[in-house]
Amino acid sequence: MSDNEHIVQIPIGPQHPALKEPESFMVDLRGEKIDAVRMRFGYNHRGIEKGCEQRSYTQDLYLVERICGICSYSHSTAFVQAVEEIAGLEIPRRAQYIRTLVAELERIHSHMLWLGVAGHEIGFDTLLMYTWRDREQVMILLAQLTGNRVNYGLNTLGGVRRDITAEQLPGILKVVDSLEERTKYYIEIAQTEETLRQRLAGVGRLSKEEAVRLGAVGPTARASGVDRDTRRDDPYAAYGEVSFKVITDDHCDVYGRTVVRLGELMETYSIIRQLVKNMPEGPILVKAPRRIPEGEALSRYEAPRGEDVHYVRGNGTEKPERVKVRAPTLANTQAVAKMLEDGYLADLPIVIAAIDPCFSCTDRMIGIRDRDRQERQTMSWEEVSRYGVDFYRKKGIDPSKITLRGGSAA
Amino acid sequence: MMAVEALFQMLIFPGFLFLILLGLAGQFVDRKLYARLQNRVGPPWFQPVADFFKLLGKETVIPEEADARMFRLAPVFALGAVIAASFYIPLWNVRPLLPFEGDLVVVLYLLLIPTLTFFLGGWYSRSVFSTLGAVRSITQLFAYEIPLLIAVLSPALLANTWSISGIVQYYAAHPGRWLFNLIGFAVAMITLLGKLEKVPFDIPEAETEIVAGTFTEYSGRFLAFFRLAIDTEAIVSASLVAAVFLPFGFELAPWLAFIVYLAKILAILTILAILRTVFARLRLDQMIDFCWKVVAPIAFLQVLIDLVLKELI
Repeated sequence: MSDNEHIVQIPIGPQHPALKEPESFMVDLRGEKIDAVRMRFGYNHRGIEKGCEQRSYTQDLYLVERICGICSYSHSTAFVQAVEEIAGLEIPRRAQYIRTLVAELERIHSHMLWLGVAGHEIGFDTLLMYTWRDREQVMILLAQLTGNRVNYGLNTLGGVRRDITAEQLPGILKVVDSLEERTKYYIEIAQTEETLRQRLAGVGRLSKEEAVRLGAVGPTARASGVDRDTRRDDPYAAYGEVSFKVITDDHCDVYGRTVVRLGELMETYSIIRQLVKNMPEGPILVKAPRRIPEGEALSRYEAPRGEDVHYVRGNGTEKPERVKVRAPTLANTQAVAKMLEDGYLADLPIVIAAIDPCFSCTDRMIGIRDRDRQERQTMSWEEVSRYGVDFYRKKGIDPSKITLRGGSAA
Repeated sequence: MMAVEALFQMLIFPGFLFLILLGLAGQFVDRKLYARLQNRVGPPWFQPVADFFKLLGKETVIPEEADARMFRLAPVFALGAVIAASFYIPLWNVRPLLPFEGDLVVVLYLLLIPTLTFFLGGWYSRSVFSTLGAVRSITQLFAYEIPLLIAVLSPALLANTWSISGIVQYYAAHPGRWLFNLIGFAVAMITLLGKLEKVPFDIPEAETEIVAGTFTEYSGRFLAFFRLAIDTEAIVSASLVAAVFLPFGFELAPWLAFIVYLAKILAILTILAILRTVFARLRLDQMIDFCWKVVAPIAFLQVLIDLVLKELI
């Protein structure tokens, strides 16, 4: 009997309880051990980059904010920073502080969410329920400060749209104090709870060299001992004026990634305290021109999941010529295949979850064009529509007769 | 008259119907406690019943690839075996329905059948997730069954009988001696988590890995009966553990003994709910390591204690 007969192929995704978004992982299993994993992305492509080219800069701000549901503020800020750089706008200090504050609050809710998801992936639902309950405090705070729980709509060209009043500041500190207590408790759990440690330690190993070679970013890289954090290396907003430690860890596994995220939470609390204490007075907005001059800019931003890069090129009109987004998950997916090598099937969900993946942010479409024959694999909207009608006609159904309510024939 | 009474006892009280209702009540207790311990509200008391009838009304899909007969029979066998096991366990009177010398071994054997039906049901579903779940439940069986067996047999060693009612009578005659078996009780509780496939041993139906394991392809009334069988299995296994390790209160007046029985079941379900709240799911290899390297030696320690005590007393 050849060795290959012992291999079972199982499809994790595109629809699977472990995945929060549709992505496909074809797993070759040898018993309970993973032999090979083939990833396939692209189920969630939404064409946002192209959409940006057809809208004005202000409209784009709201569009890029919807790239991600969790780190929405990261994308919006990274984009607005790039545009402001092209336009040569100097942002008021108070606006910088407010941006930094909301960015750090977003980091809290993202890391808390991750901790819960990680708990769920290893069958520890109690941790999920606890962390998400605590996360609610920061969600409510964000809603009070910006008007929304996610997609805050706070950024605008030249500053922020909403000021933080002096009465709101003590409320922020209160939430931070309460969450700091809770985080200390979770750190204690991570150190003492035996089943949790057994499921996380030694799982999804990624050495420092591999992390650098595969271009991992954010907590994934820092847990492999790569001392890299855009907030410190290339300060933006008010990060140059606050002091914080970059948390790294040399466990190089999922446990390390948990430790890094918990440590980062503690640093975030300290950053928020400094921001609230030193919040400068002054305007929150400078007037931005409607037409952004010609030029290009690359904006780097440390999102909760890692470095988020936005590239914007202006052509002197109201609309950008090109917008390019590199979400942190795209940088980290390469490392996932490495982490899964020789792992167990049982560890697959937590290893994927440990990079805190956001596949919708990452998804992109590749169109292959044969240069000689001019053949395309892509279809225009009309072609898709015609293909659909023909498909059903062949089956004896004529959809062109069906009229939608209040609409014309298909 | 005797036949009618026996039939009543088997089918209604304390047999089939009573156990099923108790099973649904047990599911409620488990879910409510689990929810409250996690800071959630939890379901209302009639939720398990509502779920059962909802599933009965749902469409039943049997995969084309599956062996339809085995697919249908597996849940029925599971429920039947569990109910049959209950006839040999003294619930609150010393005398169960059908006692005989050696019924302890028969009960353990009958309680093994549900796990086998999980294997068969999953295997004959022919989908990858079901097959993996089936293989996992049978692998897990080899890890927890031996320590459970040893733990449950050790009180019998001390009582020098293979009948459960004999064990109950022995410990009633020598009050306080059941305290010697507390280690075995702990082992039984841990292995019960494996038998009932609850966290940290819910590996065969690990949602985030293999969807629902054995039950992935099950739907409608077959799923309803599988779930009913699991709920009843929890009650019957808890009754067995209560009779063997907590053998007191049987000599009281019937209504008082009944209340003591319910209290014991409630206590066991509470312990199980707390255990599944505070742990993460182990990996299969870790679970087998744990059962063989930690739990099995502790179970043997219990046997040793009982053997030494038998010589001394």
